[in-house]
Amino acid sequence: MNVLSLAFASLANRKFTVLLTVAAIALSVALLIGVERLRDGARNGFSNTISGTDLIIGARTGQLQLLMYSVFRMGNATNNITWQSYQEIAADPQVEWTVPLSLGDSHRGYSVLGTSAEYFERYRYGRKQPLAFADGAQFDDLFDAVVGAEVAEKLGYKVGSEIVIAHGLGTSFAEHDDKPFVVAGILARTGTPVDRTVHVSLEAIEAIHVGWESGARDPGMNVTKDQAREMEFRPTSVTAFLVGVKSRLGIFKLQRAVNEYRAEPLLAIVPGVALQDLWRMLGVVEKALFAISVCVVITGLIGMLSAILTSLNERRREMAILRSCGARPWHVFALLIGEAFIVTLGGILLGLIILFGALIALRPWIEERFGLYMSLAAPGASEWMLMLIVLGAAIVIAVIPALLAYRNSLADGLTLRV
Amino acid sequence: MSDNVVEVRNLEFAWQAKLGNVLSIPTFDLARGERCFLRGPSGTGKTTLLSLLGGMVVPDSGTISVDGIDVGQLNGPRRDRFRADRIGYIFQMFNLIPYLSPLQNVLLPCRFSSQRLARIDGEPAAEASRLLSQLGLSTDIIHRRAAALSVGQQQRVAAARALIGKPAIVIADEPTSSLDSDARGSFIELLFDECQRNGTSVLFVSHDQALASHFDRSLDLAEINQVVSA
Repeated sequence: MNVLSLAFASLANRKFTVLLTVAAIALSVALLIGVERLRDGARNGFSNTISGTDLIIGARTGQLQLLMYSVFRMGNATNNITWQSYQEIAADPQVEWTVPLSLGDSHRGYSVLGTSAEYFERYRYGRKQPLAFADGAQFDDLFDAVVGAEVAEKLGYKVGSEIVIAHGLGTSFAEHDDKPFVVAGILARTGTPVDRTVHVSLEAIEAIHVGWESGARDPGMNVTKDQAREMEFRPTSVTAFLVGVKSRLGIFKLQRAVNEYRAEPLLAIVPGVALQDLWRMLGVVEKALFAISVCVVITGLIGMLSAILTSLNERRREMAILRSCGARPWHVFALLIGEAFIVTLGGILLGLIILFGALIALRPWIEERFGLYMSLAAPGASEWMLMLIVLGAAIVIAVIPALLAYRNSLADGLTLRV
Repeated sequence: MSDNVVEVRNLEFAWQAKLGNVLSIPTFDLARGERCFLRGPSGTGKTTLLSLLGGMVVPDSGTISVDGIDVGQLNGPRRDRFRADRIGYIFQMFNLIPYLSPLQNVLLPCRFSSQRLARIDGEPAAEASRLLSQLGLSTDIIHRRAAALSVGQQQRVAAARALIGKPAIVIADEPTSSLDSDARGSFIELLFDECQRNGTSVLFVSHDQALASHFDRSLDLAEINQVVSA
C-alpha cells in the first residue's frame, strides 16, 4: 500500500505524460470492448431476425442473396416466382402454411412489403416471438398499410396518417401518389428489419401498379382508388415466400423438391442454416475487427512501456534516494509495477466511461443506420475478462522497466548521479 | 553491546581484485553519540567506506559492526533492512524526492522501516513537523513541493529525514558543500542538537577543513587507511 501511494504521487508529478498514456490506453480499451459489443449486437441481430419459419423459397440465386433480400431487405431479387409455382408449392402436403413476400417498392427509404394477413401471425423473431401491434390493427382495406416501429417513429406516423409509396427502391421520383395509403396499424419494436418495413397487402401492390405496367405511369390508364377497390387483383408473381411445414422431417424433403422444381428454377433455404452461413462469412470481418482492436491495445501498452522506460534514467536519482531511505530493491521493482498498474487501471476505467458515453450518444444512430442493437448493459464476464487480460498484460510488460530499475538500483546503490 | 556504534577491524576492500585494495583499515571505532569529522581528498575511498558501513557492499575480509551488528554476516535483504532501521543518510544535494512534500519526504524512512516508525513517540507527522521546525524550517513550507524549496531548505529537510525514528548513526556525505559558509555552521549545530537528544552518532565526511572545529574528533582517512592512494 505504501509503495502504491508512492507510485501514485510519482505519477501525479508527471501528470501530462501520464494522462496521455492513460488516454491512449482508455481509447484502446473503449475500442476493444466496443468491438465486442458490436459483435454481440450483430450476432444477436442476425440470429434473432427470423425464427419459426422452416424454409424461405425464392427464385434460384445464392443462399445468402435470398436471405438478404427476403429477410434483411437488402439487395434485389433477380427474379420473381410465378403465382402458379407459389400456389403449387403451397399445396404440397408437407406444407402447413405459407406467407408470400412481394418486394420492390419503397416509402421514403423504407422497404414496402406486400404480403398476406397471415404474415402478422406467422412471422416470428427472436425466441419465436410473434409480431405485436403497438397501435391499430392489420390491414382491412385495400389501401391500408401497417408500418414498423422505426418507420412510425422516424416519420411521425400515427394510425390514420396518409402515406405515398414510391416506385422502386431508394429515393425515387416516380411516386404512386395517385393512390395514397392509410396507416392502419403500427407494430411494436422488434429490433429486426420489420421495424423498417411498410407492410401492405399483396393485392395493394398489384393495385398501385395498375397503369404502371411499362415501369412508369401510363397517362392513358388512370385508375382511381375507388375504381381500384372494385377491381379484383390476382397477383401474377411474388418475390419470395415463407413456409412452415407440418413436421420437421418434411423440411429437407420439401427443400429438395423445391430445388428440383421443374417449371422454374427455385431455391429453398433453411433460415437458421443460412443465417449461420452469413454469420460465418461476417465472422472474418468480425475477427479482423477484433484483431485490430487487440493491436490498438498493444499499441497503447507499448506507449506506456516507452513512457516508463524513458523516465527511468532521469529517475535513477529518485530510486537511489528511496534506497537510502530504506527502500529495498523489490520496493523499486514494485514501485514501477505499481505505476503501470495504476496507469492501466485508470485507462481501463476511463475507457469504460468513454465507451458508455459513446454508446449512449451513438446508440440511436447506430441502431437506425445499421440496425445494430448495442447493449448498454454493464460489462459481462467476458468483457471483464478482456479488461483483466489488458491489466495483466500491462503488469507483465512493466516487468521490463521494473527489472531494469531493480538492476540499476542494485548497481547504483546510494551513489547519486547528478 | 559495546559503547561503540561502529567497530571496524582488519577491513580489506577492493572494488575489483586486479585494481588492488581501496581500503585497508586495521581498526576504526566510533563511540555512541560521538561526532566524527572524516576528511580526505576525493578518490581516497571515503564514499567506499560509507557504502561499507551502510551494507551496500561487503568487505573482502575483516569485520564491520554497526550498532552491534556484523554487517558482513547479513544477506542482501537483511542488510537493506539493517540500513533502513539504523542509519540516516544525508547526501551532497538533490536529496529529496521531488514529488513529495517536505513532510512526506521526512516520513519516507518510516514507510520502509517499522523500527524507525516504532521509535517515534507519538504521531509520526507531529514528530516530522517538530524535526523540521527544530532544524529551522517554518511550518508553512512543509506542505509545499520539495522541488520548490531552496537548496538550504532542502538540506534541512534531508537532515530531518535522516534523524526521524532515532537511527543509531547519521552518515552525512558532503551535506554542506552546496550551502554558503554561514549556513554551514548553523546547519551543523542544529543537526548536532537533535543528535544529542537521541544519542545519535554522526559520521560527517567533507573536504572542508573549516568545519572540523564543530566536531568531537577530526580524522583524515589517510590516518586509518593503510592503502596509499596513487
